[in-house]
Amino acid sequence: MPHPYPTAREPRCPFAPAPEIRDMPPLAQVEIWDGSTPWFITRHADQRALLNDPRLSIDEKRPGYPHMTRSRAAGAPHHPPLITNTDPPEHTRLRRTVNAPFMVKRIEALRPRIQRVLDDLIDEMLAGPRPADLVQAIALPVPTVVITEILGAPYADRELFQTASHVLVSHDTTPEESAEAGGRLGAYLGRLLQQKMAAPGDDVISEMAAKVKTGEMTAPEAVTMASAILIAGHETSASMISLGTLALLRNPDQLELLRSRSGDPRFVAGTVEELLRYLTIVHTGIRRIADADIGLHGQVIRAGDGVVFELAGANYDPAEFPDPMRLDLTRPARQHHAFGYGAHQCLGQSLARVELQVVFSTLYRRIPALALAVPFEEVEFAMEGVAYGLRALPVTW
Amino acid sequence: MTAVRIEFDEPKCVAAGQCAMVAPDVFDQRDDDGVAVVLDDTPGPGQHEVVREAAAVCPAAAIHLIES
Repeated sequence: MPHPYPTAREPRCPFAPAPEIRDMPPLAQVEIWDGSTPWFITRHADQRALLNDPRLSIDEKRPGYPHMTRSRAAGAPHHPPLITNTDPPEHTRLRRTVNAPFMVKRIEALRPRIQRVLDDLIDEMLAGPRPADLVQAIALPVPTVVITEILGAPYADRELFQTASHVLVSHDTTPEESAEAGGRLGAYLGRLLQQKMAAPGDDVISEMAAKVKTGEMTAPEAVTMASAILIAGHETSASMISLGTLALLRNPDQLELLRSRSGDPRFVAGTVEELLRYLTIVHTGIRRIADADIGLHGQVIRAGDGVVFELAGANYDPAEFPDPMRLDLTRPARQHHAFGYGAHQCLGQSLARVELQVVFSTLYRRIPALALAVPFEEVEFAMEGVAYGLRALPVTW
Repeated sequence: MTAVRIEFDEPKCVAAGQCAMVAPDVFDQRDDDGVAVVLDDTPGPGQHEVVREAAAVCPAAAIHLIES
């Protein structure tokens, strides 16, 4: 009997994937929400080979595509061609039109601004009452301020898009709720796009507005892309900040090591990569459909079969990361699959890296006495999304 | 001494920019679309380690190294 997927994750350190996933053979099958049984790929080397294999497609409109949820399946036929549902060469063309704001150079230029945003939030938290909720004080506002400034959306509107995007990434959402939240976010961003067409600023929605004017992009494409950037751009980084802090508090020797070397950018960069590996917050698998028969480990994935890649499987593959259950900030971990792998690897990964580098080099240096304000067992995890996170992280100092 | 020559398969590049992040002295990104640009296709020994890392992290497997 194929194992049901996604599997419940254990809400405890080391936040590793469930044992039944770690113990699976390299090519297995799982049962997903609609009763179908896609192939399930858990090894690092297999993921690397297959996620760049043109015989696998991300075309979600094809029958048999292993959708993540009922809501996603319901929405798929209505999506325009996007970077998330097209294969090369069309994907390559689309990705190149939206890529510029996420270039390493442009993201690096934001580093001083991200540092100031964080420093101000830390000042505010330190001036406020103890205990504080690190999720609301630091983890969520840092990426939210940054992504709203990149897009050119007013930070004051954050409640609207935080609520809508939480609904959209949740597995507990019905297709109707999802359509409603998507519609609300789309209408908001559509208005913003119109405003930027009339009065452009120095931001990404204005850049897209200019492309809509020249016909390089349609308005619905721009709105869909802006929604995707907004949704992907805040909850994921927020989860990494709060879970990363929790993981470090549970591994005091590693936290001490980080604190003593937080002035060394290479060490901090390595810390971020290891935390990305160790936490692998996206826990719903990335999905493809086979275009042709593919032989693997003595079996055949047939054309038309669904394929699910479990990212935590690759990131806890002992063949690639020895002693994977250990958080080891000195480990070379950059080849992890926390952002996926292949042509569809996360568009915003450089932004996430710089945000996390700023936070992890600053937070524990500025608040050396940072500690959990509740027993670890009382920390509440949020497991229902595409990525997992914490509902709150009560801390004191 | 090992020599390393970089072969870059531009049509495959998805402009993730990881090469430019890991090895900024050897790779850059084009301003308009972020596609990688090789600044030095035969980098000196001091760059070999980061160039190997850049090839390893390229999500599109668009960077090949010829080592001799």
